[in-house]
Amino acid sequence: MARSSAPGFLIAFAVLIAALLLAFTVGRYPAGLGDLFALIAAKLTGGTAHVAPAAVDVLLQVRGPRVVAAVLVGAALAVAGTAFQGLFRNPLVSPDLLGASSGAALGAVLGIYFSLGVFAIEACAFAGGLAAVGAVYLIGSVMRARDPILVLVLTGVVIGALLGSAVGLVKYVADPYNQLPAITFWLLGSLAAITASDLLPLFGPIALGALVLVALRWRMNVMSLPDEEARALGVPTTALRVAIIAAATLVTSASVAAAGIIGWVGLVVPHIARTLVGPDFARLLPTAALLGGGFLLAIDTLARTVTATEIPLGILTAFLGTPFFIWLLAGMSKTWS
Amino acid sequence: MAQAATATDDAGRTITIPDKVAHVFAAGPPASILIYTFAPELLLGWTRRPAAKSCEFLGPGACDKPDVGRLTGRGNTTNLEVLLKLKPDLILDVGTINATYISLANRVQEQTGIPYALLDGRFAAVAATYRKLGELTHRQSVAETFASYADKTITTIKGRADKIAPDQRPGVYYARGPRGLETGLGGSINVETIEFLGARNVAGGQRGGMATVSVEQVLTWNPDVIITIEPDFAAAVRNEPVWAPIKAVQTGRIYLSPTLPFGWVDFPPSVNRLIGLWWLAKALYPDQFPEDLRPITRDFYQRFYHFDLTDAQIARVLSGQH
Repeated sequence: MARSSAPGFLIAFAVLIAALLLAFTVGRYPAGLGDLFALIAAKLTGGTAHVAPAAVDVLLQVRGPRVVAAVLVGAALAVAGTAFQGLFRNPLVSPDLLGASSGAALGAVLGIYFSLGVFAIEACAFAGGLAAVGAVYLIGSVMRARDPILVLVLTGVVIGALLGSAVGLVKYVADPYNQLPAITFWLLGSLAAITASDLLPLFGPIALGALVLVALRWRMNVMSLPDEEARALGVPTTALRVAIIAAATLVTSASVAAAGIIGWVGLVVPHIARTLVGPDFARLLPTAALLGGGFLLAIDTLARTVTATEIPLGILTAFLGTPFFIWLLAGMSKTWS
Repeated sequence: MAQAATATDDAGRTITIPDKVAHVFAAGPPASILIYTFAPELLLGWTRRPAAKSCEFLGPGACDKPDVGRLTGRGNTTNLEVLLKLKPDLILDVGTINATYISLANRVQEQTGIPYALLDGRFAAVAATYRKLGELTHRQSVAETFASYADKTITTIKGRADKIAPDQRPGVYYARGPRGLETGLGGSINVETIEFLGARNVAGGQRGGMATVSVEQVLTWNPDVIITIEPDFAAAVRNEPVWAPIKAVQTGRIYLSPTLPFGWVDFPPSVNRLIGLWWLAKALYPDQFPEDLRPITRDFYQRFYHFDLTDAQIARVLSGQH
């Protein structure tokens, strides 16, 4: 069983490469993979590429940053989902379980309500995600319950619902003509507005969170055991739990701040990764990252090419993710039971 | 006992109106603006009171009227008991007329016993809408001054715009949203006046409402003119390398629409778009519309918003900053 991981990892890698090639090939502007290769070749050899300057701009300033962002966000959500599913020992958990998405949504919606600039809106979303999970964790740990995980999950659900209502309240009082459409579009998730300057604030937190998770990969395996057993093995479960939640939240909040609410990736991709390489986190995390990046990139490529107008990512992931998830459930019940 | 008369609204419904109409309840923002321009004393309250920055450009007392909420449309926020307590002689809604709005009107009318009229909110119908409003409130002569102003404005502008050769008509991208990537598709209310003037809406290939588009798509469309309501976007787009290849950016044809006290291009979709028609025509066809907008703006604000603008205020309105 453990030996079978190499092909799984290669499949995930191939998915990402295929998605990358496709993403650079197609688009609403006539510029493609050939132009990109010509450009790279020219950079390497020091020659001049025979590519229209407008096509260069599209590839490097528009499509390029968007492709990178799609891979980053997809990988981030998948990694966070994998970590949460392991930590909470529950296959139905997604990275927004502890309120990261709803907190980020409230932050962004408030930013739009107060007519802030784009970066300020994204910063509000990021801070909202962190604050929501922080609050959930604090409330959850104040209750000295017998089952800390259960209390944490329940608190997350309740706070998430509260934040959802707060978003509803802001939508209710927002200017129906100018702010409400912007809020609606933001909540549906999109990478249409990504520019090169968004990549650094996106990459920083994701890299930091992912590094922490990768460093903890061996201990995360132990965390999938019941608390008492993990503690008997000498693992500081509480500290470890804080570290995993913090890392996953950092990653999720940065993704949601840049791309809006995109469901399903964090829920479905970890399952696919698990069927490919098994439950060992050392292999699961990188596989999930590759698959998540490839999956969201493919979805985003669809979103920006099918029609002249964008299809919201949140809608596409749900429409494609739901049937896939049901199909997966049918064949996968054995993996988790 | 008041002698009641009957009238037909724009949905073809026959309603009975009292012989004296002193208070009208506006069911939504377009109706409240229409009634305010027509006769401020008729308006019972705003669907949503204008923001302070807008109140500066309305007549005295305009913003003292209460918030009364929305009776139809995106979520009903009016309390029917409050509605009854305000004792309107007439309820008025201006906008799209379809089965949903007709059934809502019938329901509220039955429930409250107050006549409920639906008026056509299409931009081209604005003069007819004033005349109908005059008939419903027994103020035909006042209505005629508004209607003839609207008629004259529209025929003057449309007459000149219609003569422009098709190849002289610019491709227009209407930018909304913080990053300017939300736009109105063909036939949407957002671009109604832009399309009315015969400009080519670059997003018009697809019909519908508002949608998000990618920068890549805007580059492909390569519009000659960008019209926007977002001051931040209008400032940023000139220095954004990604947008630089677009014709409108290279020729500097980026126009920030005035929005005070109410938007000049799309929202709310009421008579506020009438002054915007001059502005749009000038932006789209500068050669055919050499007029100075300042006296036109002053005149419009006097007639419709019951407010005398100072020169500084005119400059502020026209700058589009808010």
